[in-house]
Amino acid sequence: MAAPRTLFDKIWDAHLVDTTEDGLSILYADRLLIMEMQPQAFEGLRMAGLKVRCPDKVLGVMDHVIPTHPRDQAIEDPVARMMVEQAYKDYEEFGVELFDLVDKRQGIVHVIGPEQGFTLPGVTLFCGDSHTATHGAFGAFAMGVGTSEIEHILATQTLRSPKPKNMRVTVDGDLSIGCSGKDIILAIIGAIGTAGGTGHVIEFAGSAIRDLSMEGRMTVSNMTIEAGARAGLIAPDEKTFAYCEGRPRAPKGADWDRAIEYWKTLPTDEGAVFDKEVTLEAEKIAPQVTWGTNPEEVAPIDGVVPDPADAPNEDRRRMIQRSLDYMGLVPGTAMKDVAIDRAFIGSCTNSRIEDLEAAAAIARGRKVADGVEAMVVPGSGLIKDEAEARGLDKIFTEAGFDWREPGCSMCIAMNGDNIEPGQRCASTSNRNFEGRQGRDGRTHLASPAMVAAAAVTGRLTDVRELETRSIE
Amino acid sequence: MDKFNTLTGVAAPMDMINIDTDKIIPKLHLRTIKRTGLGKVLFEEMRFETDGSEKPDFILNKEPYRNSKIIVAGDNFGCGSSREHAPWALLDFGIRCVISTSFADIFYNNCFKNGILPIRVTKDQLDALMADASDTENPELTVDLVNMEIKRPNGVTVPFELDAFRRECLLDGLDDIGLTMQKGDKIDGFEAQQNQAQPWLNSAPPA
Repeated sequence: MAAPRTLFDKIWDAHLVDTTEDGLSILYADRLLIMEMQPQAFEGLRMAGLKVRCPDKVLGVMDHVIPTHPRDQAIEDPVARMMVEQAYKDYEEFGVELFDLVDKRQGIVHVIGPEQGFTLPGVTLFCGDSHTATHGAFGAFAMGVGTSEIEHILATQTLRSPKPKNMRVTVDGDLSIGCSGKDIILAIIGAIGTAGGTGHVIEFAGSAIRDLSMEGRMTVSNMTIEAGARAGLIAPDEKTFAYCEGRPRAPKGADWDRAIEYWKTLPTDEGAVFDKEVTLEAEKIAPQVTWGTNPEEVAPIDGVVPDPADAPNEDRRRMIQRSLDYMGLVPGTAMKDVAIDRAFIGSCTNSRIEDLEAAAAIARGRKVADGVEAMVVPGSGLIKDEAEARGLDKIFTEAGFDWREPGCSMCIAMNGDNIEPGQRCASTSNRNFEGRQGRDGRTHLASPAMVAAAAVTGRLTDVRELETRSIE
Repeated sequence: MDKFNTLTGVAAPMDMINIDTDKIIPKLHLRTIKRTGLGKVLFEEMRFETDGSEKPDFILNKEPYRNSKIIVAGDNFGCGSSREHAPWALLDFGIRCVISTSFADIFYNNCFKNGILPIRVTKDQLDALMADASDTENPELTVDLVNMEIKRPNGVTVPFELDAFRRECLLDGLDDIGLTMQKGDKIDGFEAQQNQAQPWLNSAPPA
């Protein structure tokens, strides 16, 4: 009998085109998502006289540099406009399908891949963005790659890569009220560190992961890269199939039945061995919020800012001290005493309908605190439409939140949406690096409900202390 | 891509862990359609004040480190985004080698595509090399990819490992797209088999 294999092993084995004598594999790429940030890849093809091998397996989007103001307004920033115009030219020249800026399907690359059924269980999917890990929530092997690797995939539909190791993070038990997929993944990163998954692919398992919706699973898998891992994976199940069914690019008819049959063979075999295993208890996870300048610098909302003197070693002590200096925080300060200036709900981590619902349930009937500027940026035009059809936009705007057009916006802050030096922002995004949301800006990562709570109280707040309201 | 054989040059000590890609090159500079010219914004926020003047304490603003060819850095160098602009900025500045105890995976891969050698060493080795680089009198290291060793100023060598394919590509300045295209038959064969087994993966986008 064949040795038991992990979900990742099965996808990897099913995509091996060749293994060279030095152990480096040539892996087939079923899917490539490309956005406006990699014009150099097309320029490389042009210079080498190469074509895109399989344009049907490539989808082009624009999300990073585009403004979130109404789409009938021109892009004022000449550099952003140049990037967008270049993308239009490149996609057309190389025959790649594109959702343009007025297309309802336009949005953040990691939101629209699943939304369109471009992301499917069992596929290999690549994109020039580290949060490509998001798509692993479907039981796909999805990995962020650099521009040269994109060029390689465009030309050959393959990627050369050594095989990452298998790691499993199991979260069992029931998640507490007020907690979400975001709190799970922040707690995991806090436990294993930003390099805890380096060289590995992490399969997320356990009842707390299975209990999450597809949106929640995408949030968990999205931030796998913040734990250093190459990709995240969650076994496909009935929820996965239900999400995929009927999507524009999902298989139909007899193909659908065949696909389901195949997808059901993907979950990790009993007895499969992981190179590394970590377990967490869901009951012990409280709503999380970061205090530092990388996602492992996180604490439960009822915790305090740590003291560098308690660090396990000198490297860490200096890192914590640097983070606190940058963040303007003093050891021992209660997280709940930290006042904010800005609130951002959006990004490929938390801009899906369930995220907006969670934030709206806190925002409803409340007002954004005096002196706080708050914005909501839906992940795609389709999500924006759905939210508006259900009146979520009204809940937000009545509370004083800005309601914007879809894009990456203030997660990476290269489209004109950014925070000012010294400002402190509660954010549903994925990175709290120095300067991430604007030079000398300070980011506190948290879930959509937690960010909405911070917006209406003006400080980091334990969402469990606020009444959650009906949004119907 | 320039070949990498032996490199002798000033090594800049950056004794900090988790130097992320936003530190290496802030995102506003990703808005470019070129791969070149990014050296002037390498480590921008650590290196320059907002008015563009130099921060005198930053290592690359000090002699003899202005002409560094090597960086010796703390653990988990290059964590964060997949931006290849990070190695492009390093290369454009003149950095051809980064030495650390560990690298984030995507950054590590991106280096090889651009003729930069990332070297993993042990913590003890890193401490020794960090001390060497911190000696402003003689902060030069020699990195020898042929023999896979780093020669310290005191003559002691530190061996390192690298997989054969990447080593060969760096030594010969090879472009791996060309090498993969030689496997065209195998890719064709894979596609034919996959089209049979999972025809839905090959369907054109809906009209």
